[in-house]
Amino acid sequence: MRVPLSWLREYVDLPAGETGRDVAERLIRAGLEVETVEQLGGDLKGPLVVGQVLSIEELTGFKKPIRHCWVNVGDANGTGEPQEIVCGARNFAVGDKVVVVLPGAVLPGPFPIAARQTYGHTSAGMICSARELGMGDDHDGIIVLPPEFEPGTDAIELLQLVDEVLDIAVTPDRGYCLSMRGVAREAAAAYGLPLADPALLDVPPANSYGYLVKVADPVGCDRFVARTVTGIDPAAQSPIWLQRRLQKMHVRPISLTVDITNYVMLEVGQPLHAYDRNRVDGPLQVRRASEGEQLTTLDGVKRKLSADDLLICDNSGPIGLAGVMGGASTEILDAVTDPETGEVTGSTEVIIEAAHFDPVAVARSAKRHKLPSEASKRFERGVDPEASRAAAQRAVDLLVLIAGGTAEAGVTDIAAPRPMRTITIAADLPDRVAGTEYGRETVTRRLQEVGCAVSGSDVLEVTPPTWRLDLTDPNDLVEEVIRLEGYDNVPARMPTVPPGRGLTEAQRMHRRVGVALAAAGYVEVNNYPFLGDAAFDALGLAADDERRRTVKLVNPLNDEEPALRTTLLPGLLATLRRNVGRGNTDLAIFEAGLVFRPKPEPVVAPRPAVDRRPTAEELAALDAALPDQPRRIAVALAGERQPAGWWGAGAPSGWADAVEAARTVARAAGVELEVRQDQHAPWHPGRCAALYAAGTDRLVGHAGELHPRVVKALHLPERTSAMELDLDLLSADGARTVEGPAVSGFPVATQDVALIVDRDVPAARVELALREGAGELLEAIRLFDVFEGEQVGAGKKSLAYALRFRATDRTLTADEASTARAAAVASAEARTGAVLRGA
Amino acid sequence: MSAPNKSYDPVEVEALKPEEVERARDEAIAAFAAATGLDELKQAKVAHTGDRSALSLANREIGALPPQAKAAAGKLIGQARGAVNQALAKRQAELEAERDARVLVEEAVDVTLPFDRAPRGARHPLTTLAERIEDTFVAMGYEVAEGPEVEAEWLNFDALNLGPDHPARSMQDTFFVAAPDGSPDSGVVLRTQTSPVQIRTMLDREPPIYAICPGRVYRTDELDATHTPVFRQVEGIAVDEGITFADLKGTIEQLVSKLIGDELELRWRPSYFPFTEPSAEVDLQCFVCRGASVGNPDRPCRTCSSEGWIELGGCGVVNPRVLIASGVDPNRYSGFAFGLGLERILMNRHNVADMRDMVEGDVRFTLPFGMEI
Repeated sequence: MRVPLSWLREYVDLPAGETGRDVAERLIRAGLEVETVEQLGGDLKGPLVVGQVLSIEELTGFKKPIRHCWVNVGDANGTGEPQEIVCGARNFAVGDKVVVVLPGAVLPGPFPIAARQTYGHTSAGMICSARELGMGDDHDGIIVLPPEFEPGTDAIELLQLVDEVLDIAVTPDRGYCLSMRGVAREAAAAYGLPLADPALLDVPPANSYGYLVKVADPVGCDRFVARTVTGIDPAAQSPIWLQRRLQKMHVRPISLTVDITNYVMLEVGQPLHAYDRNRVDGPLQVRRASEGEQLTTLDGVKRKLSADDLLICDNSGPIGLAGVMGGASTEILDAVTDPETGEVTGSTEVIIEAAHFDPVAVARSAKRHKLPSEASKRFERGVDPEASRAAAQRAVDLLVLIAGGTAEAGVTDIAAPRPMRTITIAADLPDRVAGTEYGRETVTRRLQEVGCAVSGSDVLEVTPPTWRLDLTDPNDLVEEVIRLEGYDNVPARMPTVPPGRGLTEAQRMHRRVGVALAAAGYVEVNNYPFLGDAAFDALGLAADDERRRTVKLVNPLNDEEPALRTTLLPGLLATLRRNVGRGNTDLAIFEAGLVFRPKPEPVVAPRPAVDRRPTAEELAALDAALPDQPRRIAVALAGERQPAGWWGAGAPSGWADAVEAARTVARAAGVELEVRQDQHAPWHPGRCAALYAAGTDRLVGHAGELHPRVVKALHLPERTSAMELDLDLLSADGARTVEGPAVSGFPVATQDVALIVDRDVPAARVELALREGAGELLEAIRLFDVFEGEQVGAGKKSLAYALRFRATDRTLTADEASTARAAAVASAEARTGAVLRGA
Repeated sequence: MSAPNKSYDPVEVEALKPEEVERARDEAIAAFAAATGLDELKQAKVAHTGDRSALSLANREIGALPPQAKAAAGKLIGQARGAVNQALAKRQAELEAERDARVLVEEAVDVTLPFDRAPRGARHPLTTLAERIEDTFVAMGYEVAEGPEVEAEWLNFDALNLGPDHPARSMQDTFFVAAPDGSPDSGVVLRTQTSPVQIRTMLDREPPIYAICPGRVYRTDELDATHTPVFRQVEGIAVDEGITFADLKGTIEQLVSKLIGDELELRWRPSYFPFTEPSAEVDLQCFVCRGASVGNPDRPCRTCSSEGWIELGGCGVVNPRVLIASGVDPNRYSGFAFGLGLERILMNRHNVADMRDMVEGDVRFTLPFGMEI
């Protein structure tokens, strides 16, 4: 809602020196979101005056037609002589009144004006367009004023060029502030000044000879006021003050009747509609649409109506979508001048509708037809049903005053009975909600200031004003008191919080995991969860892969990505590629976040009542409607894991880093991982690890090098590697309690062993066999070399381990260590077919 | 200490003559003094203090002496060995000092050489900012509550006093999840706010409740410098007996003080949220211009658009209707709730000009934030 300060002052006698910013600050603290304060004509400087065109000489031979004019500017130029001006515009004639800026003036820009030589003549000033004066961007043509103004009259004042306009973002509860009347009421309360209410008008009582209106749906329309004005001069135009006010509200002046209905809506907040009476066939009727009915609205669009739409109809059928937009068939006609006779034709008799429609009906129609209008915006947020008569009267008055019309005596006013809304509130509720003491007198006074009728003492009976449809609950009234007393004046206090549990184990684990990966050189990223089938195709997922079953959005940002992720990899790999494209070639990144897996049989979520706690069944049904949303973590690597440098060679990143990242995560989670060889898209079939929580058969994720086809499809660097695991599954057993080991002070006995096994025997199996064979004297085992070559035979590999033996209670003898080693080797031989190398 | 050796031939007792002991002592001291390097000194040490050295042999022979002679001999040899060891330690120290002066200088390296062998990592600043806020509240006794990102409409809207036709429902542009038949009537959305976690927390257990709920939320905005369709909020809720607007003010002031500092003013202004009544928006004085840009075209401020204030978040007293839908008795309990946008706070606290940098995952943006902010 735009609010010109000059207009606001008409209703509230604000202090003379008060600037737009001052007013904005007060309104903001009262709860109106003033977004900007626009300075109109801030850098404008005269002389800017009314001129009358005395002569026009058409200059030819230039690229465009140019006019050399003499203009009477009265005494404004100090001489009283005509002013010589060269002008490129053509929409004016000799005798027209125009706006002339004289040398020495400054137009908005700033654009200083001086006399200059141009097109072989002197141009001592300019004839101005609306755009040049900062009045609006409607058209480039110069302004032709009505004839009544004297040459030399100051046009800055005449055109109200200097003003301040507040732009307010009105919250949905304050529909009444979508009017000058509503904002003025807030300003008056904020300044403690009286309000000159523009809706306080003398209105003749309703009678039986007004235009016939039938309301078939009193729920959809509980008020319908109709007035008729005849004898309107179709040639009459909106006066400058009216046009200027509309322009400042960013409403384009159209025709006098339409301008007046718009003006009254902006002034008192009641949307009006004007019908050309001669185009309406019989009584106006308000009813719901029948399925299949159609209506062509003012914007020329033919709309299919649905049974929920609330309509204004005549005998011909629908002529308006109630509270949203009128129909084309009864629209006020534009004034048309007959080029031969000069006669102006247009609408001369109008019916003014000032009705009150059901906010929900209007909101639904506006939404269904994608037709948010100034009217629907106001009805949705609540219009004062008691303002209808005044608004209609105001429009009638203006049509009579400006358009030369005659008000017909008939006054139609159909009103459905409206229950009195009364709220009972303890007088000290505002004190208890705010945590401070206002006292009953203050509470009563503040409620009265917003227009409430208040009675009672310890318990107050409060009747909110008709324009405050948002005041329904005791706490609504509490807010009125606190905001007018000032939020800044509420004291600050800390609640006494009982001792808390701190972070949960899962929350601490999520943090540890992130810290561990970052400490290992990974950079965290956060990707959008949106994706489409193309992402799964690129990963080479089979047609029946579970990950292709997704949660889909009705209104995705991008039609190519209508689904929610079931894996973190697509987003992570896209970010990897983006980084590579920007020259960041050595990358290790990670992401932790939710993935979304639809339930096997998705159901629709219920919408329980809100006047009570949902039942256990309802709560279970709510959760049953949601997809599973496990938390996952993933990494992706490319380029060098360690750069080469003065210290020597670097190390490229690869499958082992991806597996190690999984171990890093698991260690941080306090879980041991068991790694098994696997084949799983999108990984390289020979370089893919399945990750299990140790000691369980619970698969928690995969790691390894990506399949070369995936690397190619996604334009990733060669040998890009990745890991993804499910944190919820990983930690499903809960945190284990570590038992403090008894550290032995006896000496260690180290024994090496090299085993030859078949190439496809996993090292993890060999190690496990050694461990189990070595028994409890084994303190640690470490694989220090892997060798393949002629010496060990084709299809074989040699694994070299360092075994550390130690007893807790004695120094081991060489025999004991050797016996344990032999047992370890025997175990490996038996379980993996290993042969002791060199044996 | 080895046991006395009784197998020695008493003839060799000769070696314990004082002159012999003194001679061995003097030879040892002279040999140490003559050593020109640590290696030579080591050889001299072996020769004169080792197992086969004269003094060691003499020492061993004490055991073979008649008891009456043992004390005197022990003293004699002990003194001699003491003098030898002293001389050895002194020469050792001298030679080591010499070596340090020479060899360690030769071993000098350029310690300014860069060593970026281990790659650096970092956590996303939005993650660590959320943790910092969580920690502030956990220290006050709050707990951290979480909820699903794909959420039932009832929890995201209805329970929060946003009925099906509530105008505020269209204020938030919602991603709707398709029903199994493809229609939009699944009753499920991408949560538009973290507020449903409030409801879940209240449904979950009895007051007193003091909880902070961080998380990702979704609205159908296009990504630009100041908007992203996926962003992060931190929601706070307190439900207890006697909770007031004053408690809300104190709590927010405490958060701002811990997160940003005490120098900047706060502005409280009435606003509208269906789930709180009364509702407020809290503005923080612009940390760049501190209000000096307001109405001053010569000093425009990009950070606050010359408004002087930066929106911090919305808050209010929990609407009793929300308590009722969550099964909390509004006659006994009251509450406050607040919601903060983390992207906005990150922009303000760390002078990030473009929200896209928080979204795109360019490692150059994230690395400087390190492990904590």
